[in-house]
Amino acid sequence: MTASTASPTRAEYCVIACAEVWRGAGEILASPMGPIPSIGARLARRTFAPDLLLTDGEATLVDADGTPEGWLPYRRHLTWVTGGRRHVMMGASQLDRQGNQNISCIGDWARPARQLLGVRGAPVNTLNNPTSYWIPRHSRRVFVERVDMVCGVGYDRAAEHPATARFHRLARVVSDLGVFDFATPDHSMRVVTLHPGVTADQVREATGFELTVPPEVPPTRTPTPEELRLIREVIDPANVRDREVRS
Amino acid sequence: MSDKTTTADEAVSRLASGMTLGIGGWGSRRKPMALVRALLRTGITDLTVVSYGGPDVGMLAAAGRIRRLVTAFVTLDSIPLEPHYRAARERGAFELMEIDEAMFLWGLHAAANRMPFLPVRAGIGSDVMRVNPALRTVTSPYEDGETFVAVPALRMDAALVHVNRADRRGNGQYLGPDPYFDDLFCEAADRAIVSCERIVDTAELTKDAAPQTLLVARHTVAAVVEAPNGAHFTSCAPDHPRDEAFQQHYASTPWAEFADRFLAGDEQAYRSAVRAWHGERP
Repeated sequence: MTASTASPTRAEYCVIACAEVWRGAGEILASPMGPIPSIGARLARRTFAPDLLLTDGEATLVDADGTPEGWLPYRRHLTWVTGGRRHVMMGASQLDRQGNQNISCIGDWARPARQLLGVRGAPVNTLNNPTSYWIPRHSRRVFVERVDMVCGVGYDRAAEHPATARFHRLARVVSDLGVFDFATPDHSMRVVTLHPGVTADQVREATGFELTVPPEVPPTRTPTPEELRLIREVIDPANVRDREVRS
Repeated sequence: MSDKTTTADEAVSRLASGMTLGIGGWGSRRKPMALVRALLRTGITDLTVVSYGGPDVGMLAAAGRIRRLVTAFVTLDSIPLEPHYRAARERGAFELMEIDEAMFLWGLHAAANRMPFLPVRAGIGSDVMRVNPALRTVTSPYEDGETFVAVPALRMDAALVHVNRADRRGNGQYLGPDPYFDDLFCEAADRAIVSCERIVDTAELTKDAAPQTLLVARHTVAAVVEAPNGAHFTSCAPDHPRDEAFQQHYASTPWAEFADRFLAGDEQAYRSAVRAWHGERP
């Protein structure tokens, strides 16, 4: 078997699942955070979402091949956030059933047991543009009953402010085990697809709250041969994806 | 024509304990580190620091100079979590006003525009409101009647920024890809201290660069300091990249040991110590 015909790895299913977040998104900025979401965004840009805008990670908007096509320094980036012309995929140190996200600290905020990054742009992101989350290691430490500090706003918190939060939308959560959304009557997390080889029980076991599992859960879609070729030979020949999610 | 050039030590000697200081740059990028090092050589303390935080915050926090910090994050970029900042937070070393990045930006805009606040659709619904009980909200006076956070102006006594070039009058130029928020910091402060890689004649600034690279306007600037490599170890594109090896050393060395070896003397001593450290490496 050549590199391009070997079966897809778990990391490659994760890339596909992240890429799908931007399907049909149109001419907006894809803001992936972390290696696998970045590979996913570039794959989407090269295949089914050709109108996406991408950055070089600094202040330049770039075509799929890296050609500069615009300027997006931090302050302008924040304007695109509040203008809603962006779909961000953030990480989360903690995420709860309603999609509240924490990247600030673990424990009591006033005297944290573990200080993390800080709220960053999570509060503004979640009130203004579609937001998804990427969790490379699905566990009860991340998927918790209650987050210690709400940075990204979940559905229950958004519902308390219907006018201010009228642009709030959490699209997807992608983990190394599966894909999730909040399309339940109470906007709590639900399994959409499971990556091949993952069982519903395995996900339940790794999740610290009650998860909605439909009776029939389809597998995460398989990458096409062309998508695999792009991932392996064009976008991520150094195989960074495998260091984030091992097979 | 006023010549505002001075030394880092002289410039920071005009600051005082208890002041509110804004620090430009972003994360571990174009931070005015020579000015921060000069600040560390003074006895100035009890500071309110306003910063998109990087090692500036880490060092000042580790040295016990911060009474209150206003920030949305503190990071070293290639090292996501700033270890000295973390340690200080975990021992409850200072007060924190933790706000969102966009709230921070609107706080700078409000201060620069002499507004008491500006509204922003951010913070509502998040615990930013819980941990900042003094934050107020404002209701739109128009038909929508929506509620927003009224971000208070982040007015500062002084701002410290580092740019690529400046003239003697305080016109500051950035040549990298991102201005960050440095001009806003200068406009939001009563006075700004600008350090630069190189002081040049005014005509030199636009000889090979477009006028929109002139980020900082001289009327906001009180002092200009020539500080080659003055952002070290943070990046100052295109003049120099981040010193990743040295940043790693900073992040993995106990603060007292780091300060003793690198920060006990003046800026020349710092440069020599960094050179010697690099020389010891295989």
